[in-house]
This record gives sequence, C-alpha cells and structure tokens, in this order.
Amino acid sequence: MIRQPDPKPEVLARAPEIVAALRAIVPDGPLGHGVISDARRLKPYETDGLAAYRQPPLAVVLPTTTEQVAALLAYCNRMGVRVVPRGAGTSLSGGALPLADAVVIGMMRMNQILEIDYADRFAVVQAGVTNIGITKAVEAAGFFYAPDPSSQLACMIGGNVMMNSGGAHCLKYGVTANNLLGLTFVSIEGEVIKIGGDHPDAAGLDWLGLITGSEGQLGLVTEVTVRILRGPEGARAMLAAFDGNEVAGQAVDAIIGSGIIPVALEFMDRPAIHACEAFAHAGYPLDAEAMLIIEVEGSVAEQDDMLARIRDICAQFNPISMKVAESAEQSAAIWKGRKGAFGAVGRISPDYLCMDGTIPTSQLPFTLRRIGEMSADYGLQVANIFHAGDGNLHPLIMFDANDADSFVRAEKFGADILRLCVEVGGCLTGEHGVGVEKRDLMGVQFTARELDQQRALKTAFDPQWLLNPSKVFPLDGLPASASMPMAAE
Amino acid sequence: MSGSLAPADEAGIAAAVLAAAAAGEPLAIEGNGSKAGLLRPVQAARGLSTRGLTGITLYKPAELVLSARAGTPIPQIEAALAEHGQHLIAEPPDTRAVFGSDLPATLGGIVATNLSGPRRIAWGSMRDHVLGVRFVNGQGEVLRSGGRVLKNVTGLDLCKLLAGSHGTLGIMTEITLKVLPAPEASATVAVPVADLAEGVRVLSAGLGSPFGVSGAAVLPEGYEALRGPVALLRIEDFIPSVAYRCGRLAAEFPGAILIEEAASRALWRAIRDLGPLGAAPGEAIWRLSARPSAGAGLAACLGGRALLDWGGGLVWLAAEASEANHRRVMAAAEAASASFTLFRAPDALRAAVPVINAEAAPLAAIAARIKAALDPGLLFNPGRMRAGG
Ligand SMILES: Cc1cc2nc3c(=O)[nH]c(=O)nc-3n(C[C@H](O)[C@H](O)[C@H](O)COP(=O)(O)OP(=O)(O)OC[C@H]3O[C@@H](n4cnc5c(N)ncnc54)[C@H](O)[C@@H]3O)c2cc1C
Ligand SMILES: Cc1cc2nc3c(=O)[nH]c(=O)nc-3n(C[C@H](O)[C@H](O)[C@H](O)COP(=O)(O)OP(=O)(O)OC[C@H]3O[C@@H](n4cnc5c(N)ncnc54)[C@H](O)[C@@H]3O)c2cc1C
Repeated sequence: MIRQPDPKPEVLARAPEIVAALRAIVPDGPLGHGVISDARRLKPYETDGLAAYRQPPLAVVLPTTTEQVAALLAYCNRMGVRVVPRGAGTSLSGGALPLADAVVIGMMRMNQILEIDYADRFAVVQAGVTNIGITKAVEAAGFFYAPDPSSQLACMIGGNVMMNSGGAHCLKYGVTANNLLGLTFVSIEGEVIKIGGDHPDAAGLDWLGLITGSEGQLGLVTEVTVRILRGPEGARAMLAAFDGNEVAGQAVDAIIGSGIIPVALEFMDRPAIHACEAFAHAGYPLDAEAMLIIEVEGSVAEQDDMLARIRDICAQFNPISMKVAESAEQSAAIWKGRKGAFGAVGRISPDYLCMDGTIPTSQLPFTLRRIGEMSADYGLQVANIFHAGDGNLHPLIMFDANDADSFVRAEKFGADILRLCVEVGGCLTGEHGVGVEKRDLMGVQFTARELDQQRALKTAFDPQWLLNPSKVFPLDGLPASASMPMAAE
Repeated sequence: MSGSLAPADEAGIAAAVLAAAAAGEPLAIEGNGSKAGLLRPVQAARGLSTRGLTGITLYKPAELVLSARAGTPIPQIEAALAEHGQHLIAEPPDTRAVFGSDLPATLGGIVATNLSGPRRIAWGSMRDHVLGVRFVNGQGEVLRSGGRVLKNVTGLDLCKLLAGSHGTLGIMTEITLKVLPAPEASATVAVPVADLAEGVRVLSAGLGSPFGVSGAAVLPEGYEALRGPVALLRIEDFIPSVAYRCGRLAAEFPGAILIEEAASRALWRAIRDLGPLGAAPGEAIWRLSARPSAGAGLAACLGGRALLDWGGGLVWLAAEASEANHRRVMAAAEAASASFTLFRAPDALRAAVPVINAEAAPLAAIAARIKAALDPGLLFNPGRMRAGG
C-alpha cells in the first residue's frame, strides 16, 4: 500500500471558509454546481483509473474559464491549500487521486473547441475536450489528431498533455509531446502564460517539452494547441501468430530491420489472446503462444505491397498462421480484440493492475520469460499486451480485490516487473506516468541527486509544493518548503 | 577568454566545472566551438569544450536507438547510420557554409540548439528524438534524464529542457537518439507559382493531402530552368510509393514537374543548409517560426532575400546586418505572433539587440529559478540567450 501525507490540520479546520471562497470564484451556473463539497457527490471524484486507492477531497471545483482557474490557483496558493488537477480521471497510475485536504480542480466543463485551421494544420481546444473529440471535430475534412490512447473516448487532452500519453499508432506518429504546438498554462500564482504558439519550436527554453508529461506538478493547462494531420488514403491490419514469444520478438526485429515502420505493431501473449478472443470474437488464433497485429497505411496498392513484404518477413519465423484483412471491416475486427483488451481481461478477473514499463525490444523474450516465472511464484495470472515496435509492455496482473493478500501480492509482482524493466535497460513507465503507483520506485531508476534535480524544477514552478503533491516523487527527500509530514506507520 | 579546455572524458568535464565553480569563473560551453557567433556573445573567463568526448557508445539498429558522446561529429553519426540504412530523423543542417567554419557540428551542439531540417514538418524536431541525456550540472554532478528506450515518461523531462537551452543549463556529455530507417527513394514535385503566398497555399494543399509529404519549401528565386518562385513538395518512401504519390500530387498542380532521386536529395540538402537563401557574406540571417499562412508576409518584411521551409512556417531572411532591419523583423514577428532568432550577425549587433523573443515576466521568474537549480553559480554561458540571463 502506498502511503499518503497527513492532511494539513489548519486547512481542514478552515474547510467551510475555503469552500465559500471557492464558490465565490466559481458560482453555480447553468451547467450545475461550481463547487461540490458534500460527501455523496464527492464520491465519483475519490478515485481514478487506479481504483484500488480512494480518498475524497476537501472539495471539487468545476471552472469554465481560464480566468476562474487562475483565480482558484491564486487563492489556493495564498491559503496554502493543495490542488489536485483532474481531467477524466482515467489515469492508471493514480495521478488524479485526491488528498483529504486538497481541492480537486476538474476540467471537464472546459470542453470547447476554440479554433480549427486546416490550412495551417492546428486546432486550439480547451483542456477538457476528449481525445476522440478532437479527431471527431476534424475528421469530416479528412484530418485526425494522432495520439490515440485506448481510453480515448473518455480521457481529455489536458490529461493527455500531463501524462504525455501514447497509443497504438504512436510508433509512426509519436506521442502527445510530438503533436503539440502550444498551451495556455496557469501557474500556481495564478499567472496565465502562453507557452509555444500555433507554430513549432519557439525560440528560448522548451517550456512545452518540460510541461508535457509533468503530471500536474507544474501548473494547470486550460487550452491546448495541437497539430492535426491529414489522414492516409486508407489503412489495413494483419495478424501473425507464432508458437513462441521469442520468434514473435524476432519477427518484430526483422520487420523494423527491413526498413518498414508500420503505423502500429502490437504484441499479445497467449493469456491476452484468449481473454480478447472470448470477449471480442475477433478470430484470434487460440493455438498461438504470441500474436502480432500489424497495421500499414496508404492506397490499396501500397497496403498490398507493404503487407506482402511483412508476410514474407513473418514467413521466415514459422508462423502458425497469418491473416491479412481484406477490408476495413476485417481490420476493425482485428483491432476490436486489442482495443477491448483491458475490458476483456476485466471479464476474466474483475480486478487487475495494468503495468506500463518499457524495455529494449531485444530484451522481450527474456523479460516475458521472467514475468512468467514471477507469475508462478506469486500465484497470480498475468496477460501481456505490448506496443512491440517501441518496447512498451502492458502486463495485466489479475487479482481478487476481496482478498487483501492477493492485492498485496499483485502490487509486489507489479513492482518486480518494473524493477526488471529498469534492470534490462528500460524504464518504469512508458505512457501511464508515475503518479502514486510508481512513486516509491523512482529510486530504482534515478539516483538521489537526479531526483533532487527534478524536485528542484518542481520547486521552481511551485515553491510550496501545493500542486498534486505526493505524486511522482518519493516522500522522503522532499524540500522543507514542501511541508509534507507523515504519521508514523 | 583565456583559452579553452577540452577534457577527454565526462569526469574531466565535471572536474573543470568544479574548478570553475571554485574560482567563480563562468564558462563558455562549446562543442566544436564555431566562433562566428551564436545568439549573444558570452562573457566568460574560459571555454569548456566537449570536443574530446567522441564516439558512438551504443547502436542497435533493430531497436532504432543510437547513443553517442556529445562531442561526436554529426557526419560520423550519419555515416554509422547509413551503414545500416538509417538516418537522423530531424535532418539537422550542416551550417558550415553559412558560418564559414570548417569544423562539423557536434551532436551536443546540434541538440543544444535544437536545429532541425526540412523533415521536421512531418517527423518532428531534433528534441523530439532525444531519448536520454547524461549531463554535468553547475555543481559538477553527472546526472541522467530519460533513457535508451523509445517510450519513457518517468519523471520530469530534462532531455527536452536541455535540448534547445544553448548550453545555459547543463553540459550534455552523452545523448541517446531515436533513429529511423532511411527511405528507399526520394522525389520532389516542383510547382511554379506566381508569388510566395500562392507557394504557401500549394504547400498547404500538399501537406493537407493524404500522401505523407516530408518536405515543403518555397524557393523565391526558382529552381534551375524554373524561373520565379517554385513550391516544392517532397515524398520519401519505398520506390513504388514515391512514384505513386508524386504522380497523384503532380496531377493536382498544373505545370508541376518531377525532380527525381539524386537531384531531389541534393535539392533538399541545399535547402537544409540554407544554400538557396543566398546570403552574402556580410549579411545578417534571421530565422522565424510562424503559422504557415503568415510565412509569405514575414518573408517580405525586409524586402530582402528569403527562403520558406516547413510548409511556409519557417522563414529564413538575409539582409544588411543593421539594427533597423532587426527592429523590422522583430515588429513583423510580433504582429504575426511568430518566434524569431537572429541567426547570424556580427558580434556588435548581437550584443546590442534581443536575439530571440522576450520571455513573459512570470516565465522569466520561473526560468531564473530553474537556472538557479541547475547552475546555481551562473557559470554556463552567461548572457547567451538574453541580456543578463
Ligand atoms: C481503459 C484505459 C485505457 C488506457 N489506455 C491508455 C493508452 O493506450 N495510452 C496511454 O498513454 N494511457 C492510457 N490510459 C491512461 C489514461 O487514460 C491517460 O493517462 C490519460 O491521458 C489520462 O487523461 P485524463 O483526462 O483521464 O486525466 P486524469 O486521469 O484526470 O489526470 C491525469 C493526470 O494529469 C493531471 N491533469 C489532468 N488534467 C490536467 C490539466 N488540465 N492541467 C494540469 N494537470 C492535469 C492530473 O492531476 C493527473 O496527474 C488508459 C486508461 C484506461 C482507464
Ligand atoms: C542562433 C544560432 C546561431 C548559430 N550560430 C552559429 C555560428 O555562429 N557558427 C556555427 O558554426 N554554427 C552556428 N549555428 C549552427 C549550429 O549551432 C551549429 O551547426 C552546431 O551547433 C555547431 O555544433 P558545435 O559542436 O560547433 O557547437 P557550438 O557552436 O560549439 O555550440 C553551439 C551551442 O550549443 C552549446 N553546446 C554545444 N555543445 C554542448 C553540450 N555538449 N552540452 C550543452 N550545450 C552545448 C554551446 O554552448 C552553444 O551555445 C547557430 C545556430 C543557431 C540556432
């Protein structure tokens, strides 16, 4: 279990006064209450995608303008009140988990698309617009917003920016950081700052790069300028099934080694194939140990050419079967299983932890073998889903939430997997962020001085450590200004 | 400056920083130390160069990663990649001709200046592909950020902060990059246009097509037999795709001609290295980044020579190195919400004017705290980006 800092008694004592002040900044309006503070209606905000952890906040505020956000932050900064920013609350690392003495600033009412410019290929949207909402707004013109997390129906662009989220198509199009041009950023002092713009590579320090992926540690984002891209003529997927993880991994290396960068290159192991097939009836090969989903883009002739090349490469690794989609519908069927993977695993086991380490792809066979051994040791099932092209592993560890011991083992198993990722040359998190979940593992990847240096950057933005505290950085070693005492265990 | 140190390894860099810190003497950080002048002249007691830190330390073609020490010359990295049919994604320029220097850029210099070439428009900038760095901070400590895998969101991203910081926050000693397979073929559709604004519209149409354009520039002075402005759209891919896509693009623009393979590659190398800008030796060069539709207007702001890349959004200007011209560029940039850099100019001009956009006051305050966190003794490149900072 991950420990949280003690609430500040002076803040709890002044809760009614604080709530009244927040109400004055964000009054009730046509969309409903501006501030929520009663226990029943705080319930939906007490957790995020890491549902094993719950904590109702002091209050939730739902601003509709950048000015309100600025006033809220200036107030909280003045009063020493902690702030937890929240988008859709789909974080799998507990990034949006509240604290008892914190005000949650929920961005969901800032959901307007402000500007779309096809000639200059950008869109300006408020932070609470969903990821899919951007693509929906531009797809009639043939455009799309590239990063496509599996949670894209729900998750919001502000959350994507703060987690630097990725998706299955990031192998070709890059992650969130590679698809941003500018931000409207509000500092804890309540200053509204324009970062970047509607063009790339502004001169001066790369604020955009530093803020992206900062997990709500540096400030609030209220507006985002994203690059939008014209979509390809078409896209098609194929499946290739193998009788071992090792050969499947070799096939991945061979595809990339041949100079082909597919738009997506996904890997599933046997348990994942079985879970997804039972859920989606996608026609996945149940006799396989490992399966690749490979997608290419272009005209039909280009797709044919590319898929033929990939088939030839896969054929060198004794595939059990290969299936090339003949139509968009068949492609969609192939993706249906993968996109529903988390839900599918959820059907076999209502409770699971989704891990997110990255490894050098050459370490795949070794890593999967070790995960298999650990699974036996911990007595917990695991299904592996993996962005194979870029080495981003998603082991789903299944446990039973009604059995406290099973949860404790699942967390330990997860931590061991992440340690293994670092050991083989990778990292703790490829796209889900550190949050609370991996906070106490940061010392596995970074030295104490490296962590101090990162903490000093946070302090530069947020001297009192009010913004999303107790996430990302281990609690021991915080600067004195952070003032985060913890009761003895 | 009383000379320049060039330690042979990272420990030597760290020791030099500690010595400078003890003496309270600022350092001018250099790669290969091109002396023509970068941003603002630095007031430092000594130079400290990474040119002694050379060599590729890791290269895994199938994993698309390469690590090299910061002083490794870019051509050496390009050659190693070419042996495996791969390349540097951001296509960084070779600025030797523009700056009249004979030493090639180092990896550290290119990353510290975040310089990217034409492919940036489709595939991202130099900083987009920095996966990890080792660096020495102002207290002589060796620290890391990022790593050697393609996807990594662990902790705050100092890689991006250091990339583009012009050596003001830390000295990078080793850098890991994402690399990609080099395309099998390259060709360019060249479209004669009436003026720069029409040229930018052609580029927008090309970039708004489904054909994956990887270079989009306007040459105001034409190309070979094509007199007058020419819009250029590049396709890089497998041979059949390049043929097909160029055919489809050319069909959309009357009068378009095709520039194939070697000629196409040479053309984009020239654009990357600012050849077609044709800046005279004494002239200043400005670099502006703006929304593409503002490009043609910005290109005209001095009435001098120009070159448009990145779909029209990257504007290069060459004209007399005068303060009056610089003020005009600044005003045009301000009006277009563009970003400007005085890229090349005599020391006197660079010392006299802001060479990049001013920072908003609240950001300047945060920047000062970041500088204090990474380089508390204010040792690295004082005054390089802005006066007093
Ligand atoms: C089923 C499922 C599938 C998923 N698939 C993927 C995937 O494929 N790829 C991937 O990368 N992730 C995935 N995720 C994780 C998650 O969806 C992403 O991290 C997403 O970006 C979170 O967005 P959100 O709006 O839900 O943010 P939240 O969870 O609400 O917040 C995320 C973090 O950002 C901060 N934050 C949110 N909004 C702001 C703001 N406006 N300003 C400042 N800070 C803010 C929060 O404090 C928190 O630290 C998945 C999650 C689920 C549940
Ligand atoms: C505004 C601007 C002006 C330029 N002016 C010139 C010029 O006058 N002459 C020229 O030849 N090229 C110039 N260039 C082009 C570009 O800087 C060079 O092609 C390339 O950086 C040269 O590499 P180098 O190793 O010689 O770097 P240097 O010219 O030695 O250094 C370039 C910059 O990067 C910093 N730097 C270098 N190595 C490191 C490192 N390891 N860690 C941290 N910081 C580092 C330096 O402090 C300096 O600010 C300029 C680029 C820009 C953006």
